Amino acid sequence: MKSQRAVWGDTLTELGETDKRIVIVDGDLATSTMAVTFAKAHPERFVEAGIAEQNMVGMAFGMSTLGYRPWLSSFGVFLTNRALDQVRMLVSQTKAPVRLAAAYTGLLNGSAGKTHQDIEDFSIMRAMPNMTILAPADAVEAEAMIRWAAEYDGPLYLRLARDAVADVFGADYVYEHGKPISLREGTDAVVVSTGVQTSRTVEAVQALADDGVSVRHIHVPTLKPLDEHALWQHLDGMSRVFTVEEHSVIGGLGDVVSGVLSAQGAGARQTRIGLADGWSESAPNDFLLDKYGLSPARVAASVAAGLQA
Amino acid sequence: MIEGDTVTREARTPADLAAIASEGRWHVLNTVAASKAGHIGGPMSAMDLMVALFFRQMHVDPAHPQDPERDRFILSKGHSAIGYYSVLAMRGYFPVGELATFDHGDSRLQGHPDMKLTPGVDVSTGSLGQGLSAGAGIALAAKKQGKDFHTWVILGDGEIEEGMIWETVICAPRFGLDNLTAIIDLNGLQQYGWPATPTDRFDRSEPMGHVDLEAVFTGFGWNAVTIDGHDFDEILRAYADAEAARGVSGRPSVIIARTAKGRGVSFTEGTFNWHNGVPTPEQLDIAHRELLGTKEVVA
Repeated sequence: MKSQRAVWGDTLTELGETDKRIVIVDGDLATSTMAVTFAKAHPERFVEAGIAEQNMVGMAFGMSTLGYRPWLSSFGVFLTNRALDQVRMLVSQTKAPVRLAAAYTGLLNGSAGKTHQDIEDFSIMRAMPNMTILAPADAVEAEAMIRWAAEYDGPLYLRLARDAVADVFGADYVYEHGKPISLREGTDAVVVSTGVQTSRTVEAVQALADDGVSVRHIHVPTLKPLDEHALWQHLDGMSRVFTVEEHSVIGGLGDVVSGVLSAQGAGARQTRIGLADGWSESAPNDFLLDKYGLSPARVAASVAAGLQA
Repeated sequence: MIEGDTVTREARTPADLAAIASEGRWHVLNTVAASKAGHIGGPMSAMDLMVALFFRQMHVDPAHPQDPERDRFILSKGHSAIGYYSVLAMRGYFPVGELATFDHGDSRLQGHPDMKLTPGVDVSTGSLGQGLSAGAGIALAAKKQGKDFHTWVILGDGEIEEGMIWETVICAPRFGLDNLTAIIDLNGLQQYGWPATPTDRFDRSEPMGHVDLEAVFTGFGWNAVTIDGHDFDEILRAYADAEAARGVSGRPSVIIARTAKGRGVSFTEGTFNWHNGVPTPEQLDIAHRELLGTKEVVA
């Protein structure tokens, strides 16, 4: 159990020993994103661009045209909102191998509150052509994705969480790009989750099982590109579908799943568990997860109530 | 006149460059007239600056547009694309006849420059303010890789109203990017002109008139010089100075080039009304006479 940002800093530092294409372009947040680990080991390939995210994206793009594969080090909100036009024209439209390492995503960002909570990033990035979107469940999957990404020659968005979560996967985990992962079999309903919310959902599903509710649990690590046929095979035959994400209920995993269901003409009923259409607040993690319905207990309660409704 | 041109880069005189630029301005008007859409004023104000780069200053080879050692060029004010394409065509990156496909479906010559489609385009632009940051990244990468080429970025004076420009202006000197030169096409006019009163629009109002650009750039740590952007002697001297600073000055350079929007044709020069527009056949005749006299230009 390690934080995803620490995994990011450590894994890039190790890969950087042999892969000289790797550079990190930082927006004065390296001690938060843990790019500082890389900066100490490879100072010649660490670029401190300062508090200027738009320029940071442009410079990373420029470096990519000479063979570098730059990783951007910043908070998710600044990459997906402040520098959005730069990501759009210089990264997405050119298919540049620029990696957006969004270090503080979702609701839980060290009590910084709504200004820094990155809860609409899936929605924004899903609409961005050519963008690969990765949302690891835990430290193990984050490391596997970073290793995969090092060899990927295009733009990508990596959704990293600030704080550690319970590991979902073992050391033998292998990342399969675009494939949903079945974590548990069940018969009463299927719950689909993504990112670190999957780790909390594992706990929720166990609590439901303890109460005699049999729930299938599917984790979606790759929002784009997604093997929708494979996802459908996990949904087929289920009349009750729940989606759970540390993200707005608009434009994220919930929309991905409903798109698959409607394309198949499925009669299943879907409940979206996520952040309602509104802004949150600054508070400790446990408070936020509980208040906004994303703690294991609240997720389990939502699923149980949904099955009764 | 460019077809089969065997004149070497260094041998081209200011008079040669002026003739090429006149031909380029004709291609701008002729292409926009045929496409029935496009920008005119900006491409014509920046024409001399681009001709001097591609025909004299820059170490580039149209036969090898991806040569890793080539000088890089970024037209950050991407809506002046047709001027850029005219220069690339005359320089031999693609046939001049292809200009006729500008803005058409399936064309390599998009309304704004696309590095994935057009030979000679190093960076995609069109959304204003971004080209200088890309140039800074290229220049930084070149420094890190020990490469000895120069990166040139043309900015519009309207474009530098974008806040992002100033992010790069602050950042670039910290990396000692003396291999990066920005050229400001200071034509003093923007699409809307500039209002004297809330309901008025008028020409020659100098949106940047209250800004001492040389002092601003110098204050941020750049080498700065102001020139007449239509005087090839001054342009070439400024370019040579900027290149000579590479590896020496430790500072990026900016060339503030005073230009005239719509330069070269009586009815387009000095008016915001030809920011964009489509010339009539009669206007094309006038432009041809003024730019080329009796010379025929075969596409």
